[in-house]
Amino acid sequence: MGSHGIRDRVAIVGMGCTPFREHWDKSADDLMIETVVECLGSAGMDKDVVDAFWLGTAQSGMSGITLAAPLKLRNKPVTRVENYCSSGSEALRQAAYAVASGAYDVAMAVGVEKVKDSGYQGLNAFPIPGDGTARTLTAAAMFSLVAPAYAERYGVDLDDLRRVLAMIASKNHANGALNDRAQFRREVSVDQICAMPAVAGRLGVFDCAGVADGGAAAIVVRAEDAHRYTDKPVFIKALSFVAGDGSGVIDPDYDYTHFPECAAAADDAYAQAGITDPRSELAMAEVHDCFTPTELVLMEDLGFCERGTAWKEVKTGTFDRTGDLPINTDGGLKSFGHPVGASGLRMHFECFLQLRGEAGARQVDNGRTKALVHNLGGYPGEMVSFVSVLGNTLDD
Amino acid sequence: MRGILAAAGYVPHFRLRHEAIAAVLGGRPTGGQRAVANYDEDSTTMAVAAARLALAGGGRPVDALWFATSTPTYLDKTNATTIHAALRLDRTTMAADVGGATRSGIAALLMASRSTSPTLVVAADVRTALPASADETVVGDGAGALLVGSSDDGELLAEFLGAASITEEFLDRWRVPGEARTHQWEERFGETRYVPMAREAAKYAMEDAGIDTADGVVVTGMHRRAVASAAKAFGDRVVADHSTSVGITGTAHAALLLTDAIETMQPGQTLLVLSLADGADAVVLRMTDAVADHRPARSVASQVVVGDNSLSYADYLSWRGLLDREPPRRPDPARMSASAAARTADWKYGFVGSQDRETGAVHMPPARVSFAGGAVDDMHPAPMADRLATVATFTVDRLAWSPSPPTVFAVLDFDGGGRVASEVTDVAEDDIAIGDRMQMTFRIVNRADGITNYFWKARPADPMEGT
Repeated sequence: MGSHGIRDRVAIVGMGCTPFREHWDKSADDLMIETVVECLGSAGMDKDVVDAFWLGTAQSGMSGITLAAPLKLRNKPVTRVENYCSSGSEALRQAAYAVASGAYDVAMAVGVEKVKDSGYQGLNAFPIPGDGTARTLTAAAMFSLVAPAYAERYGVDLDDLRRVLAMIASKNHANGALNDRAQFRREVSVDQICAMPAVAGRLGVFDCAGVADGGAAAIVVRAEDAHRYTDKPVFIKALSFVAGDGSGVIDPDYDYTHFPECAAAADDAYAQAGITDPRSELAMAEVHDCFTPTELVLMEDLGFCERGTAWKEVKTGTFDRTGDLPINTDGGLKSFGHPVGASGLRMHFECFLQLRGEAGARQVDNGRTKALVHNLGGYPGEMVSFVSVLGNTLDD
Repeated sequence: MRGILAAAGYVPHFRLRHEAIAAVLGGRPTGGQRAVANYDEDSTTMAVAAARLALAGGGRPVDALWFATSTPTYLDKTNATTIHAALRLDRTTMAADVGGATRSGIAALLMASRSTSPTLVVAADVRTALPASADETVVGDGAGALLVGSSDDGELLAEFLGAASITEEFLDRWRVPGEARTHQWEERFGETRYVPMAREAAKYAMEDAGIDTADGVVVTGMHRRAVASAAKAFGDRVVADHSTSVGITGTAHAALLLTDAIETMQPGQTLLVLSLADGADAVVLRMTDAVADHRPARSVASQVVVGDNSLSYADYLSWRGLLDREPPRRPDPARMSASAAARTADWKYGFVGSQDRETGAVHMPPARVSFAGGAVDDMHPAPMADRLATVATFTVDRLAWSPSPPTVFAVLDFDGGGRVASEVTDVAEDDIAIGDRMQMTFRIVNRADGITNYFWKARPADPMEGT
């Protein structure tokens, strides 16, 4: 037994990503059609060339027919996958493995979520019949538990930490301001963020990801076939995934200052990709900034800095677009909002653009050739975590 | 000889000052206050709270559970079974409601006194009255629990010496099911009926007991003037009635006052309990030597003096459904599944987790596979309801659905192991910190489709007086 990965065996040759918006005038069908058409166009392909499809969506539809019907995919294997907020990344993982196995030549991963038809703000999960004892907190409140725990463990003043978290949001808003696809395209200052009334713990609304509709897609082929479709293929170096056992919520040893599922997924991904020092080897990374404390803790879980130091690194600008390791150069969930099934592929889309030198005003130019995507779902103590590493060159 | 084996009262955490009512409705405040069930309490949860205090320490035989209330959460469905489950009583223990009228509280006690096996009598009322009604500043919410049995079942705190009842059909107070309002005939009429009946019942009960006078008297009933007139005959032998600190708790009040008397009277002293409700019922008891050493888990007197009296009239009205506020803009909670709840009844109603025999790791909810070591089906039940816990971290959720936002929520580490993330109740949002001590309390999580969904929440730990 062992996790071996599929390093350099599969390449992404085309991608699409809709603007993330409150798309009152667009259905999930519209979003899927738009992103699939854009994705096929970027690889110069017709839909009939694609042999198999995976659709990641949390609750915008059930079964592969959700994608097959609007796109009129005839006699194709289409599978709907769901893995909380990493459903889009999960679709890519399945498509890549299908190609790597030799089962198909060309596969497509699509992610979509239509969240703005519920009539409520925020994300709302389908109720599964239960005994009525499950907790009913919002995601914001669950992640807000991290801040006081982190402050306590590392001796950080709560007001100081409040500003550090605001700096994370401000940085992501600044990046998003440069991105036409982002839901929010204006800068927000640290002072403005700190002045917002609390919604959960000390987190204000600007500490939370937005809520938007959107879709994103990727086409994968065998690495040796990649140049038939594009001059600038992006190779998959690693794909890892961990579903937590939920013990964090019942184990008194868990202290809410780290996400073990994320650290485990990162370890596996780095082993697959042959990365030993992510801080110096990665050009940039897209991480799951659903709430500001999440991004803070992830900097440590993903090995970008030592435990207990992320709050200092945020202050010195390490993760700014021009910093040592730029994080969420596209604006992150903070600027894009979080159409659940689409977000993972949206993160890959930014890495795809960056590694191809197509990120325009946001382009990172530090000479490095690899990028990382981190995408999680669930809550502290009980989460799923996905990590991928992409690169624009084949390793030796 | 039959008597009282154990007794406890329950007074909820919140108080509504009569001044707070007058500030909104006008009129002259009396300076009194009433106890108010929290938004997540009902007669069933208050009954559980009183019964847990009465049975604290464990080892008490309970052959039957009778739950008396005039404010039941369910009709057709028995409410006592929920109390039975929360107390983790034996499956062979019969549990039934004896509800409807406020007389059912004293009636259950009289029936238990004539029974032959240990019987737990629990009475609770959530007394609601329309704004500006006379009742509004008279009534209160609360519960009482009395374990009735013989000296063979354990040491008696008080012995039954005698009893008498007078019954008459006349219309004084009435309420149609579902109404918040209790209607009342002209007050003078009821008074003229009740006062002679009270005298008569007391006389017969004393004769039955073979005593001339009782050392202490408690008089209760919803008819304030009749109670006051009847009590006057006993002068300074009347022990506290808590009518201006708790309010008259209807069905529960006789049990609450009887408990208070047991907690304050001396060995050998006699007590007359007189209840005026569609007749008059009188019970005479004698305190045994055991009251000298009786250390209640939480005495009625101690509960009366604590409590949060900052409750606003608007919150009180909202909690009782008398002020229809805009609900949170979140989807309504889904109803619980009856079959899922039945499968996990020990967890849901009894707060029983499981403990890995090998590693000792506590699992809440109970699990089949251990998170520590991975053993399968090697656990024993871990009752956690009576364990105290410490706040590991916490938050205040202003977005979550709640009938009384915001929701205070904490991660709790239990003494002896085990962790849950739990809603915290009976607490102000700015009055919780890491390291705070918490105890568990049986409450309402939500209501959907007419189903009241019960589970356990945390609340700040009380300083326990006894063991």
